[in-house]
Amino acid sequence: MNKPLVKIEKVGQTFNTRSGKFTALRDINLDIRSREVVSLIGHSGCGKSTLLNLIAGLTLPSSGLLLCDNREIAGPAPERAVVFQNHSLLPWMTCFENVMLGVEQVFGRKEGKPKLKARVEAALAMVHMEHALHKFPHEISGGMKQRVGIARAFAMEPKILLMDEPFGALDALTRAALQDELNGVMAKTGATVVMVTHDVDEAVLLSDRIVMMTNGPAATIGEIVEVALERPRDRLALAHDTRFADYRAAVFEFLYRKQLKKAA
Amino acid sequence: MSAIALKLVNAPATAEPAAVTAAVPPAPTPAAAIAERPVAIERSEQAVTPPAREGLGEGGRDLLRRIIPPVFGIILLIGIWALVAIKSGNIPGPDKTWAAALKLFADPFYRNGPNDQGIGWNVLSSLQRVGIGFGFAALIGIPMGFVLGRFTFMNRMFEPIISLLRPVSPLAWLPIGLLVFQKADPAATWTIFICSIWPMILNTAEGVRRVPQDYLNVARVLGLPEAKVITRILFPAVLPYTLTGIRLSIGTAWLVIVAAEMLTGGVGIGFWVWDEWNNLKVEHIVIAIFVIGIVGLTLETMLLLLAKRFTYESR
Repeated sequence: MNKPLVKIEKVGQTFNTRSGKFTALRDINLDIRSREVVSLIGHSGCGKSTLLNLIAGLTLPSSGLLLCDNREIAGPAPERAVVFQNHSLLPWMTCFENVMLGVEQVFGRKEGKPKLKARVEAALAMVHMEHALHKFPHEISGGMKQRVGIARAFAMEPKILLMDEPFGALDALTRAALQDELNGVMAKTGATVVMVTHDVDEAVLLSDRIVMMTNGPAATIGEIVEVALERPRDRLALAHDTRFADYRAAVFEFLYRKQLKKAA
Repeated sequence: MSAIALKLVNAPATAEPAAVTAAVPPAPTPAAAIAERPVAIERSEQAVTPPAREGLGEGGRDLLRRIIPPVFGIILLIGIWALVAIKSGNIPGPDKTWAAALKLFADPFYRNGPNDQGIGWNVLSSLQRVGIGFGFAALIGIPMGFVLGRFTFMNRMFEPIISLLRPVSPLAWLPIGLLVFQKADPAATWTIFICSIWPMILNTAEGVRRVPQDYLNVARVLGLPEAKVITRILFPAVLPYTLTGIRLSIGTAWLVIVAAEMLTGGVGIGFWVWDEWNNLKVEHIVIAIFVIGIVGLTLETMLLLLAKRFTYESR
């Protein structure tokens, strides 16, 4: 693993609510290295999505500093692509057009139409959606929509990919298929990924590090587990691997022994 | 058979949201889960239709079930009308009106001077007035709706004005129009403008306010410039709301034009009704009522079809 791509230094986030100030996050310090897959896990309301939004630049921190590639994160940008929880495809555009919207924005000035088209097609082929290029989002299933959402993010060739519970709205079988798919894509592209999840298996299967957060309010990073399983990872082989079970147990231990009592 | 198919498709859809809400509190998830449902149900409907087509009898029976009630309704209306006509004596019955209508529609586009023109011309000039007044209202109302929806300050600034003026009958504006334009025709158009602008402003503004935050976040992450945000995201997202506003506007405009023309005179279906009343041709008034109704219905249906074209199931 090499130099940190994203540096999060003493970040805190306070929201002004009707009942006064609400501290969502405090003292977050985290370095995300290039080509690393990090997942954020914790009970609901622990501010994992808040932290992801901060890295995305969708919200700005109340205190502390976030750097991406040594520059301060002052707003959202295509270099930090986001895969939204509920796919967020624009319903009046086909899959192709949805992906093209981002591709055009990032590469439109430098490249001609045919090259942009090739990029979009390649991205959709990578998630095995080449058959649905010209379908509208309401014509495809939930899992397919999320594939297109992932393709849209990857097609922009971001420095880092941020995923907010990308498979949360899917059924277990579709989720497993998409996790494998994502594992493959990550291996192919060597992407840096930060993923919010509430699924322990998903975290162990996909990540290099699992960042476990304490309960909110005023949540912070509790523990970090390094997952030293070699890649490519095979779901079936890992099911019988004692190391997989150990990592799983470590996360469960944190979530259900150390953090459960405080959970509302 | 069809019931089983429906159940099979529905079962995972209903099980899903429960599993999701248990694990994730943020609002977007249930919305996404709900959004998926119509698709599943729609597919099952598509799957159900073909077997119904196998036996032509069932499809035909379905068609009859749709057609028979309206036919009964119309027969009832004509029956009551005929009864009232017989009892009262001065209201023309369906037979008399039908004969008059045949004569009238034999030559709808004749011109004998400014005050005696065919019913076709009268309808067309009313439609023209509505079109012009309504066009100006759209030109001003829709952009204004965008501004009010996007900027809270502007919304708060204009809200009291709109609330104050909206309940006023458009006909109350007619004298102002006569005063300003010094002519009957633009005054009637002005009345149409006033009555059509409110629903367009309010619906467009509401549409802008309801654009899902997710779409705007997508725009921010992709780094879309403001112009593209408007054309590629805001405009298509707001279009269904604006179309609803347009439909409401057209409906009101068509209601108002008849009254306005009665007051201003000239050529137009409203004026024609008044003129025929002065000529005591009551059967023509009855015909006018049907014509006004049919034109209004046609406008409404056309806009409904247009709105359907631009509504996306997954919203």
